[in-house]
Amino acid sequence: MLKKVMPWVDERLPVTDSWNRHLGKYYAPKNFNFWYFFGSLALLVLVNQLITGVWLTMNYNPTEGLGAFASVETNIMRDVKYGWLIRYLHSTGASAFFAVIYMHMFRGLLYGSYRKPRELVWLVGMFIFVCLMAEAFFGYLLPWGQMSYWGAQVIISLFSTIPYFGEDLAQLIRGDYVISGITLNRFFALHVIAIPIVLLGLVVLHILALHEVGSNNPDGVEIKQRKNEKGIPLDGIPFHPYYTVKDIVGVIVFLILFLGIVFFNPEFGGLFLEAPNFEPNNPLKTPEHIAPVWYFTPFYSMLRAVTAPLFGIDANFWGFMVMVAAIVVLFLLPWLDRSPVKSIRYKGFLSKLFLALFVVSFAVLGVLGLPPNKLTAWMNLDTRTLVTQISTVIYFSFFILMPFYTRMEKTKPIPDRVTYK
Amino acid sequence: MSEQDDKKIDKSRRRFLIGATSAMGVAGTIGAAVPFVGSWTPSQKAKAAGAPVRIDISTLKEGEQIIAEWRGKPIWVIRRTQQMISDLDQMVDVLLDPESSNSDQPEYADNLHRSLRPDILVLTGVCTHLGCSPTYRPEKAPKDLGDKWMGGFLCACHNSRFDLAGRVFKGAPASKNLAVPPYSFENETTIVVGIDKETA
Repeated sequence: MLKKVMPWVDERLPVTDSWNRHLGKYYAPKNFNFWYFFGSLALLVLVNQLITGVWLTMNYNPTEGLGAFASVETNIMRDVKYGWLIRYLHSTGASAFFAVIYMHMFRGLLYGSYRKPRELVWLVGMFIFVCLMAEAFFGYLLPWGQMSYWGAQVIISLFSTIPYFGEDLAQLIRGDYVISGITLNRFFALHVIAIPIVLLGLVVLHILALHEVGSNNPDGVEIKQRKNEKGIPLDGIPFHPYYTVKDIVGVIVFLILFLGIVFFNPEFGGLFLEAPNFEPNNPLKTPEHIAPVWYFTPFYSMLRAVTAPLFGIDANFWGFMVMVAAIVVLFLLPWLDRSPVKSIRYKGFLSKLFLALFVVSFAVLGVLGLPPNKLTAWMNLDTRTLVTQISTVIYFSFFILMPFYTRMEKTKPIPDRVTYK
Repeated sequence: MSEQDDKKIDKSRRRFLIGATSAMGVAGTIGAAVPFVGSWTPSQKAKAAGAPVRIDISTLKEGEQIIAEWRGKPIWVIRRTQQMISDLDQMVDVLLDPESSNSDQPEYADNLHRSLRPDILVLTGVCTHLGCSPTYRPEKAPKDLGDKWMGGFLCACHNSRFDLAGRVFKGAPASKNLAVPPYSFENETTIVVGIDKETA
């Protein structure tokens, strides 16, 4: 039956062709390791966010006053059958998305997956990351609690620090003189329609670009350079069934951890759902500490690292610019790395040192951006600011010095074929 | 198309047409964007909600604060004691902008006490750092704020401090004094926020 139907379909729609191109005959390097689980996991979390998100909109009500807050905390969390589960899947999914994406991006840093010919894979990926940040920011306002309101207040205030038109721009974003039901409604629209459409489009481009050039691997060896007589890379194996099956193992381990959090600790000690957000928003009373959810804290720390005005413009504006620069510099990565080798395995000592320093600085910035906690309790405000400033400098030096240290250091010879380590 | 037809193509005419069509397309896109961007500006309803508010201060005692709302922002009214007013002079050394030259206030509040009447202080209760609402701390030298504290406002978000005229302390993340909204006295005991002599 299928044998008769498929030719008919294939003449009209390239189903078999697309299957082969992207799965059945897509040859991926055979030496993928742990770090290569996170691409497919990101896709899984995306699907989770889309499905739970659609279900949440069925019971969510984006109106001011108690409307939106009650529709989440009373209606979805208590009245709707399984509403709590769908909401926790969505809120934990947001944190999982960033955890997975950060691992996925770190993999790129480790093995030079952004290098020629994969620059566009990296660039599209960065646009996905920016979209994801926007999506998380807009979504965070929707529960309409204290942290929703004041978090948005702080971030929108950043735009008003831009000289000349900042105040007007902030007003255009809010649609009101303050964050109000108008802001809530448009953030809802952006969160559930506009950004997801862009995000999905970018994900398609990301995969198309990747499949055009082929996957990198832990050795940074181009497998397409050594092919057999049939034109199949010697070190390549078809994505399906080899990696589809392997990724299922990753999915199972991921789901154990993910659902463990969803069922037993969805607030994750205030990291995934912050305590002040269980209070309805009150524009006249600021919570004691305003801090973004953990995945934004490294960038939030950089904002606070700048304390001095410059050229007669407020310190806030420069802090905002540093924050923006921290993202923009990631886009430039393919052109900053001048090493003759791609993978960290064959790079020299300096690259390893700078990558390690970068990871530490990012983590330190992350911890310092959280509300005061056990890890930062020993520091007073001045020490905290100083540590943040040093970490910010380290973060940027990883990128800015990259063209120099990647060229200076001695690299190891690259093998002809991929290796297993 | 044969080679001969190809030669007949007037390339400059084609370029002109492509250019003209593109230019029209860009103009059309910009035109089409106008209503979409425009719909993001505050609506009539939002503008109406930004209308002036009246605050009754007849029951406000000395040293007390009341918080009203105007355009969704907290508006503080504080009736300062004689002592508080005379203390303002002594703050100059610790303040970043004691003259309020780099801060936002209507002309009639651009004086030492930053108000129309020395005793009544009207401020927008929004920290000039990142928009949190500071806490009123009128007591002198409390434990957490140190011996030199003469009363003022503390922002819990990033520890910006302000004196009892809303002027920011040196070394705070905020770089401007708290703003004074436009206001006027309708009579002895009623303040109108949002209307002053300049806008009326």
